[in-house]
Amino acid sequence: MSKQAIIEFNNFSFQYYSQAEPTLHNINLSIYPGEKILIVGPSGSGKSTLGYCINGLIPFAYKGEMKGSLCIKGEETTKKNIFELSKWVGTVLQDSDGQFVGLTAGEDIAFALENDNVPYKKMHQRVTKVAEMVDIDSQLDLSPFELSGGQKQRTSLAGVMVNDVDILLFDEPLANLDPATGKTAIEIIDDIHNNAAKTVIIIEHRLEDVLHRHVDRILVIREGRIIADLNAHDLVSSDILINTGIREPLYVTALKYAGVEVNSEIQPGYITTLKANGLHKELTEWQAKIQPPPEKPSRPTILSMEDVSFSYDGVRLVLEDINIDIREGEMLSLVGKNGAGKSTLSKLLCGFEKEDTGVIRFYGEDIKDKTIKERAEIIGAVLQNPNQMISKPMIYDEVALGLRFRDVPENEIEERVEKVLKICGLTPFKSWPISALSYGQKKRVTIASILVLGPKILILDEPTAGQDFRHYTEIMEFLVELNKMGVTIILITHDMHLMLEYTPRAIVLVESRIVADTAASVVLTDDRVIQKANLKETSLYTLAQMAGIPDGTRFVQKFIDYERRIKNR
Amino acid sequence: MNNKIKLFSYDRLNTPIHRLSGLTKLICFLFLTFAVMYSYDIRVILLVMAFSIVIMIISKIKFSQIRLMILYVLIFVLTNAVISFLFSPEMGVELLGSRHVIAPLPGKHDLTQEQLLYSITKIFKYFSVIPLGILFLLTTNPSEFASSLNRIGVHYKAAYAVSLTLRYFPDMQRDYRDISQAQQARGLDLSRKAKLAHRFKNALMIVIPLIFSSLDRIELISNAMDLRGFGKGKTRTWYTARKFNRRDYIAIVVSVLIFLGTISVSIFINHSRFYNPFI
Repeated sequence: MSKQAIIEFNNFSFQYYSQAEPTLHNINLSIYPGEKILIVGPSGSGKSTLGYCINGLIPFAYKGEMKGSLCIKGEETTKKNIFELSKWVGTVLQDSDGQFVGLTAGEDIAFALENDNVPYKKMHQRVTKVAEMVDIDSQLDLSPFELSGGQKQRTSLAGVMVNDVDILLFDEPLANLDPATGKTAIEIIDDIHNNAAKTVIIIEHRLEDVLHRHVDRILVIREGRIIADLNAHDLVSSDILINTGIREPLYVTALKYAGVEVNSEIQPGYITTLKANGLHKELTEWQAKIQPPPEKPSRPTILSMEDVSFSYDGVRLVLEDINIDIREGEMLSLVGKNGAGKSTLSKLLCGFEKEDTGVIRFYGEDIKDKTIKERAEIIGAVLQNPNQMISKPMIYDEVALGLRFRDVPENEIEERVEKVLKICGLTPFKSWPISALSYGQKKRVTIASILVLGPKILILDEPTAGQDFRHYTEIMEFLVELNKMGVTIILITHDMHLMLEYTPRAIVLVESRIVADTAASVVLTDDRVIQKANLKETSLYTLAQMAGIPDGTRFVQKFIDYERRIKNR
Repeated sequence: MNNKIKLFSYDRLNTPIHRLSGLTKLICFLFLTFAVMYSYDIRVILLVMAFSIVIMIISKIKFSQIRLMILYVLIFVLTNAVISFLFSPEMGVELLGSRHVIAPLPGKHDLTQEQLLYSITKIFKYFSVIPLGILFLLTTNPSEFASSLNRIGVHYKAAYAVSLTLRYFPDMQRDYRDISQAQQARGLDLSRKAKLAHRFKNALMIVIPLIFSSLDRIELISNAMDLRGFGKGKTRTWYTARKFNRRDYIAIVVSVLIFLGTISVSIFINHSRFYNPFI
C-alpha cells in the first residue's frame, strides 16, 4: 500500500500522571484510509488508552507524559485540540445510554452541530439526512426512555457522523446490548464502512461478536504493547488469544475439542467463511464419544411462583401469569430483552414490589407478608453496578453492615464476616479500603455483604457485564463454588456464553410472559425463541448445520456436557 | 418500571400555546408576573387570573395534572394570610391608609375591611401567578426551555446545565430507588420508626453509593460532550429553537399591553400600587 497512513503511531509511549508505569509502550502502527481495524485485549491492556490517544481525550482530558509521535492525517495530534480532532475522529463510547446528552434523539444527533453554530435550517436538514443513513429518522422526537438499546446506539452513531468525520472509533460498542441488537450494531457499522468509505476502528473484547462481519486487521494488545497484527483467519488459528486471555469464537473451541486442526486453510476467522464440509466425520465421532452427565437426584422445590401477575400503574401488566418452579441448588439464567420484566421479577422475589395476584412460595410457604428485611435473609439480590451498593469505606464494615442493622452481637458478626470473607476469597483484604479494589473484587464484596445474611437464593443482575474473559471466568467460577455449597443462583443476563457454559436451565421472558423454560442448549437453537427474545443463535449450532450434523441442538448440548466434564463442574 | 417519568410531565400536544416558542412563553410569563407582582389592585389581578385560566383551558391542561400543586399553594397562602394577620393585623390599614373595622377583636387584632382586602388580594396574586408558571412548564419542551434561557442572555453553558439536569434527573431517580431498595434489603430502616439522628445517618447509606455511581456517569458525559465539541465556541445554536412568527409577536404584544395596562391603572387611576375602594 503506497497510500499515506491516516493514523500513524511512531515509537509512541504514554504514561498517565497518576500511574507509576507507562500504559502504552513503544507503539508503532499505521492505519490506512478505508481500513476496518479491530483492537482486542484484556482489561487494563491499554486498548482504551490507545483509543483515547486517537480521539484526543489524551492529552486534552486525561493528562500524562507522551513520547514519540502520533499523526492523524499527517498532523501531530499534540498540535491540534480536541475540537479539531473531533472533526476527523468520531467516537462512539460504550454505554449509549450514558452518553445520550440530548432530551430527544434528534437533539442528541444535532449536538455537535449546535456546538458548531450551524444555523437552524441547515442543522435540521443535516440531522434528517444522517438519521436516514442509520435508519433512526422516524424516531427523532423520542426521548432516551422511549428508545430501545439499539435505537440509542444508532443515535450515538448518527451523532458522530453529522460531522462527516473520516475516522469512526467505537469503544466497546457491544457492552450493554442484547445479543440480537449487538449483531445488528455490527451490521450497521459494516454498512457504514462500506457505503460511506470511512476508516473504522473497533475496540472490543467480544471477538466472536465483532467477527460477525469482515474486518481487515485485528490488533492484539497486551500490557501496553501490540503483540499481534493479523487477519482473522491467522489470529483464530494461532494460540495468541488463549495466551492473552481473550475468548476465542465458540465454534473454534468446539473444533479444537474435536481434534480438528484449526489453520488458515479452513478459513476459521468467521463462521461464514469456515470450510466446514470436511469436518463432518471428526465432529460426529467426537460427539458420539461424549457421555451425558449422570442424572442429578431430584431435590425439593425451594421457590415457586404461581400465576403471578404484576403491574406498576394498574393498567399495563409488567408480569403476566408467571409460573416458575425452582429446585434447591439450581443455577439458572433469566433472559429476555430490556423491559421484558426481568428486573421486575427479581424485585417481586426480594419483596421490593408486591405481586398483584398469584403466590410466591419459599419451601411451600407463602412469603407475601415478609418484609423486605426478612426476605433478604432468604433471597439476596446483587445489583449490577457494585458502586451502587457500597456505602462504607472499609471492606469489613461493608460486609458487616447488614448484620449490624440486625443488631447481631459484635462477636457473632466477626465470626460470620470472617467466614464469608473466606468463602469469597477476600480474607487477605479484610482491613483494606474498598477504593483499593478492582471491579471484580468490589463485586465480590457486594456478594459477600449479601451472603453474610445467609440467603438460600442469590439473584445477580448481569454479574459479568463489561468484564473481559479472565475476570468473567473468575466471577463465574466463584459463583459455581457458591452454588456447590448449596446456594441456589438466579442470573439475569444478556450473555449467551454465560447461559451456555454455566446455567443448565434458562427462563426466557418476552413482553411480561414466560415463553421458554428449558435447557440453554434448546433456547439458543430455537429460532422462534431467539427471534422473540432478541437472542442470537449460537455459532455451535451454525457449525453443526454447516457440517451436516442433523441434530444441532443435541450437538450444542454435547458441547456443554463435554466442557462441564473437562472443567469439572 | 415507570419509564415514562418526565419532569414537569411536559406533554407533546399541539395547541396554540404549545406552538409558541419557548422564548415567547418565557417573556410573556415574566411580563405577566411583573404585572401581578407590582399591582395590589384586586380588579386587575382577577382579570389576569381569568386570562391565565382561559389560556390554561386553551392549552388543554387537565385539572388532575395540577391538582396537587394547587393544593400545596392553597395551604401555603392560607397559612400565610392567617399568620400575617396574627403578626401584623394592621398591615392593610397602613398600606391603604384608611381603617374600617368589621369586627372588633381582643388585643390589637381588630378585623378591618382593609386587612381583609389586602389578604384576599395577596391570595389572588399567588393564584394568578402560579397557573402561569405551571402553564409555562407544562407547555414548553424542556430543551426548548434551555434554548430560551440562552436567548434571553443566560450563558449557554448554564442554560445547557438546565437541560442536562432534566435529561439525567430520571436516571438519578431510578438509581436512587434501586440503591434505596438494595439498602433496605440489608436492613436499612427508612421508616419514621427510626430516630431522627439515625434517619440522617441512614440517608447517607443511600447518598454515598448514589454519589459514587454518579461520578462514573459524570466522567462519561463530560467525555462524550468534549468529543462532540461542547464549549468550543462563544455561542452555540439550538436544535429545538423555534423561529418567531406572527403568533409569537402577538403573544408578546398582548402581555406587554397587560403589563403596561396594570402599571397605568396604578399610576393614573389609583395613584398608588394599592387600590382602596373604602374611601
